[in-house]
This record gives sequence, C-alpha cells and structure tokens, in this order.
Amino acid sequence: MGFNKGIIGLKYLNKNEIEQIVETAFSMREISSRPIKKVPTLRGKTVINLFFESSTRTKTSFEIAAKRLSADVINFSYASSSVSKGETTIDTAKNIEAMHPDVFIIRHSSSGIMELLSRHLKTPIINAGDGTNEHPTQGLLDIMTIMDEKKRIDGLKIVIAGDIYHSRVARSDIYGMSKLGAKVFFFSPPTLITEHYAGLGAQITYDLKDAFTDADVIIMLRIQLERQTTGLFPSTREYSRIFGLNEHKLKLAKPDVIVMHPGPINRGLELSSGVANSKEYSRILKQVENGVAIRMSAIYHTIGEGYEYNNN
Amino acid sequence: MNIIIINGLIIDPSQNLEQVGSLVIENGIIKGIVDPKSYILKGDTALLDGKEFTIIDAKNKWVVPGLIDMHVHLRDPGYEYKEDIITGTMAAMMGGFTSVCAMPNTKPVNDNKTVTHYMISKAKEAGYSNVFPIGAVSKASEGVELSEVYDLVDAGAIAISDDGMPVASAGLLRKALLYIKPIGIPLIDHPEELSLSKTGYMNEGLTSVKLGLNGIPTSAESVAVARDIMIAAETGSRLHLAHVSTKHSLELIRWAKKMGIPVTCEVTTHHFSLTEEAVNGYNTNAKVNPPLRSESDRQAILEAIADGTVDCIVTDHAPHSYDEKEIEFDKALNGISGLETSLGLSLKLVHDHIIDKKQLIKLMSYAPASILNLKNKGTLRSGADADITIIDPEQKWVVDKDKFVSKGKNTPYHGMELRGRALMTILGGKIHGNTRA
Repeated sequence: MGFNKGIIGLKYLNKNEIEQIVETAFSMREISSRPIKKVPTLRGKTVINLFFESSTRTKTSFEIAAKRLSADVINFSYASSSVSKGETTIDTAKNIEAMHPDVFIIRHSSSGIMELLSRHLKTPIINAGDGTNEHPTQGLLDIMTIMDEKKRIDGLKIVIAGDIYHSRVARSDIYGMSKLGAKVFFFSPPTLITEHYAGLGAQITYDLKDAFTDADVIIMLRIQLERQTTGLFPSTREYSRIFGLNEHKLKLAKPDVIVMHPGPINRGLELSSGVANSKEYSRILKQVENGVAIRMSAIYHTIGEGYEYNNN
Repeated sequence: MNIIIINGLIIDPSQNLEQVGSLVIENGIIKGIVDPKSYILKGDTALLDGKEFTIIDAKNKWVVPGLIDMHVHLRDPGYEYKEDIITGTMAAMMGGFTSVCAMPNTKPVNDNKTVTHYMISKAKEAGYSNVFPIGAVSKASEGVELSEVYDLVDAGAIAISDDGMPVASAGLLRKALLYIKPIGIPLIDHPEELSLSKTGYMNEGLTSVKLGLNGIPTSAESVAVARDIMIAAETGSRLHLAHVSTKHSLELIRWAKKMGIPVTCEVTTHHFSLTEEAVNGYNTNAKVNPPLRSESDRQAILEAIADGTVDCIVTDHAPHSYDEKEIEFDKALNGISGLETSLGLSLKLVHDHIIDKKQLIKLMSYAPASILNLKNKGTLRSGADADITIIDPEQKWVVDKDKFVSKGKNTPYHGMELRGRALMTILGGKIHGNTRA
C-alpha cells in the first residue's frame, strides 16, 4: 500500500486504502479548529495547484489543506497559463516539474489526463477532477461525511441523483462507496445516464419512490444548465418537479436521512432551499469542512508519510 | 524480368485454385502455372522454352495475387508530416500490399484531376505499390456540391468517397449515386449519423462508463447504413459501405444483399481484432472512428466474414504524428497505422478456422479488385499483371512500432506476437521487399 504515485482515482484504490485516507482525515480535522491552524508536517514541501479548468471551492480547499500542513502552495490557473499560447498540457506540466515541486494537484476538462500526465511526470498527482471521469477527493469527503454521521457505509442505501452521465463525482462515489459495501442507487432522467452504469454495481431507477424510499443518504448532483440547451431535458421546471429533491419527497426516506451535494447548488432546481438549509438533513457545509481534512490527508499520504502530524 | 516461383502453394480465388505449383512471370505479366517437368533448373535460374527465368523458391509459402487495401489514408499532399506517398506505399509493400486505394481527405482534397494525377505519378515514381486514388464525392468533401466526378475518373480515380466524414445529406448522396451510375464506379460512404456520434469519443458501453468518456452508440452507424441502403435500392447504383463495425449494420447489409440491392462492404482489421477494451488506460492508439466496439459486435463481424456478408478486409490505414496521439484522449485524432500489421492479424482468421485460405485471399485481393473494377489485378490468371504476394503463414513475429516504415507509429498492437507475414511482393514483375525471407 502506498500513495507515493498520488491519488488519481478511487477506481484504483482498495477498501483499506480508502479507509486509511478517511481515518487520517478524521484525525487531522481537529487541526482546523485550533487557534493556530497549522502543523509543520510538510514544511519545505511545494504543492502546485494546476487548474486547467476554473474552480473556486476545490482549489481553495486544496490550498487551505496544504497550508495547514505548512507546505508552500503555488496556484496556476488556466487564465494565467501558457495554455493560451499553444503549449501542450504535457509541456506545461513538465516545465513546472523542472522546478522540483513535490506534488501536483490537477484539474482538467479531459477525462484520463491524469493517466496521460503520470506517464510523463515523476511527481505524484492528486486528481482534483478530470473531465467526466473522477473527482476522488470529493468521493472521499463524501465517504467521510457519511461515516461521520452513520459510523458505517456497509449496507446503507445511498442515492445519487441527477446528471450521472456527466458527473465525475458520481463515478468516484460509486467506486468508493461500493467498495465499502453500500447499496448505491442512481436516479436520473434516462437521457442523463446509460444502462451500462449498472455495470458499476449501481441500481438504476427512474422512479422517485424507488429511489428515495428508505434512503439513508441522498446525494444530489448539480444540474448543469447548459445541458438543457442540448436537449437532454426539456426544462428546469420539469426537471425540478420530477428529479429535484424537496421536503415532501424527503419524507419517503428514512427519518435520519442526510442530504449531500457537491456544490455549487442550483437552489430550487435540483434541491429546494428548504432542504438545502435544513439543519436536520443537510450536510452540505459539513462536506466542505471535511473536504479540507480529506485533502490534508490526501496530500499527507502522497508526500508526507513518515512525518508526524498529530503534534500540537 | 522473367521469374518462376517454384514449390509454393498457389492460391487464387479468381480461378478457385489452391495447389502447389510453379508460377511463371514474363515481362511483368503472369504467364501461368507450368508443369515442373517443362523447365530445367540451372543454379539460380531456370530454363523454359529456351528463356532464362529467375527462380524464387516458395516452399511452404503461399503465392497469392498481390494484396489490395481499398481503404488507406496516404496523407499526401498536405499532411506529409503524418505520411507521404513514398513511406505509405513502402509500408503497403512491407505489409504485402501491391495496390492501395488512397482516400481523398488530403490537403487540398482530391476533388480534381490534378491531385489524382499527382498521387498516381508519385506512386509510380516510388514504385513500391500501386496507388489507385479515390476521388471526393463533393467539392472539398464539404458535402454541398458534387465534385467533377467524370473528370476524376478519367484521371484515374476508381471510386468516390468523402471518407473521414459521411455524406451527411441524403439528398446529396442520392444525387451522387444517380450521377455515377453510368460509369459503374462505386460510391464509398462512411456511414455515420453525426447527431448521434459527435459528442462521443469511444463506443458506448461499460468501458466508456468506467473511463468517463462520452460514448458513441452503435446506432450512429446503423441508421446511416439503413439510409444508404434505401437510397442504393432506389437508384440501383453501386454503394460500398466503409469500415462497418456493428452487428445491426451487418444484419442490414445481409438483408440488402438478399434483396439484390447493389451493396458491398468492408471491415477493418482492427474491428475484428480488438474490442472497446483496448481503450482502457486511455490508449489513444485504440481511438478510431468508427470506434472499437463490443465483443458481441466483434463476434458479429467474424460471423459476417465467414458467411460472405463482408466483401473485403481493409486497414483504414490512418497514420498520425506522435503529438496528435500523445495528448488528451478527447483531443487525440482518430486512426490506426495499419498497413504493416493487417496481414498478420487477418491470417488469424485462417489459423482460427473462421475462413479458409482462399476466402482470405478473396477478401484481401480478388474482392476489392472486383468491387473497384481493377483490371488484371487480384488474380493470377494468365495475362494478369504480375502483382504477387508471397506469404509465410507460420512465421511468428512481434509488432514493433519503431520498425514501421510508415511515419505513423500509432498502433495498438505494439509488442503483440502475430503469426504469419508477407515475405515478398512482386509488382509488375519487379521483386520487392525481399528483406524478411
């Protein structure tokens, strides 16, 4: 076991590896509540945030995570890069690698870019989202948030609802959660999924009662508004009515159901404000909080193993 | 040059022939099969009717009409960094092909006689294999106006196609088919319904789901096949469907043939050798259009090869540069450099008893010559051009992309062991490629 090549996808991790990252994240979470939110664990390490696709929360989350471990963080984003000058992604990454960073955090719009880059780079890569493929730290923070609440994943009914087809979150979630024994349901309009998704171990349903009844966890995915213009669903109104989650539909689920969302939320579309704001059900901000801990853990396991982190 | 090929297994589907014998070539023309008693061996030469013949001993080898690949991209003019006519025809020769048909998606597009002339004369000058250009259906292959097809044919084009792209407009396809009817050449369509395929990067299936790559459904091909067949039925003109890759497409073609509709089709070596799983790991060398399909589609192709629904095997040789492949999967260009591996992969059909030797040679030589009306090609009949391929069906070899003579090193077979290869080609009576014997 080891993460010295980075974390490219949950499809490549086994149950123990997933649990290990989540456990470390639980023990690191406390660092963020201290008056001085910093441990010297990764002092002298350089973390490169290499974002070829715009992102606010994930990039910030990684940056905070790295800084709380005392690493130096350099942000590189699409707008200020030489990508616009015609340089290939491989060349961009190799040029930065020549400056001896310790880890790359990469987001890119192309599925599989991490596999491509890892053939060309010696530096480990943590995948911060590649195309419609994977977003492993989101998957891990989702697992952490469920573990936090339910103390287990095994046997839970977890519903992932929305645009499955274009969702890297859905893929990382199903890889991780099914390895930990969850019963995962995909609930989506038939135009935003294919039947082949059943091959990932999920149960596909187009019926909201099937989906939400007795659910332990509901993960609502963000619906991208531009999908409507490509004809994948007829209107946001109808989408919301049939596939959105509101207080009324939530009654089908178990009384202690929790609702999650990778953000940013389209209020009133996939998720009603009532559910999004509900202290009882919504764990959306908890996910964001756990995200920092998961990313601290992910960076730590990739480049810091052997260093002490639970000193005060 | 006069040649006698002795001891080889002569396979010629045009004469339904499969026998060990001696084949005589005189002045670039096949003279025929002769009795071993009719000549006298004298060192490296044989004496026959008082004339001297160079001996080629083809013991345990196959002697077949020169292989013909009716679907290649030679990239010349315009994309010589990917391939040019010299390297492309040399790759053809190394693969055992004595004739290749060049698709018109060059720069400029081969929609005029000047480009057609250029291709033919450059290939002649190089002398490695014949090039028969395929002209564009529409000007600049833009799918709007018909190109000057009669001009193209007079210049030497043997078919028309907008390959790379489908003839997207059914109206234009119908006009093109009507227009070519009197000259008897086929229109080769690349069947693809773009509204179903344009957002995808690989076959739609569990592999695409696992890789997070948008899928291309099989209907993107089969609906275009159905449309094309209907138009061919109505016009009675000759339609050839390129690189057919799905079960449903083949079922439609089987039906069309039964109905007497003038349709022929080809399959590529990669579609019967590989499945979508070759894309795993985001292998851009397995990115092609149409995409590699599921195992059940592959099985349907094998079945259609065996029952004769498939007329011929092609490579769709599509060389690309390193930088066009070693890139993000969605940005990588489609295509496989196939000329140098095609025969080795296709021989597996015989080794696996899916078809017999004669059927294979029909698929790779006689049938394309018939479809394209190539006179004196694809046959070993007396009087035919002495285009001959000598095959060692048993020699095992490992594919090494760095040894390709093609500029395109984009192969998904690198490191794979194949059984059987071409040892030599004879082109118009000239011995070539005798580097591996």
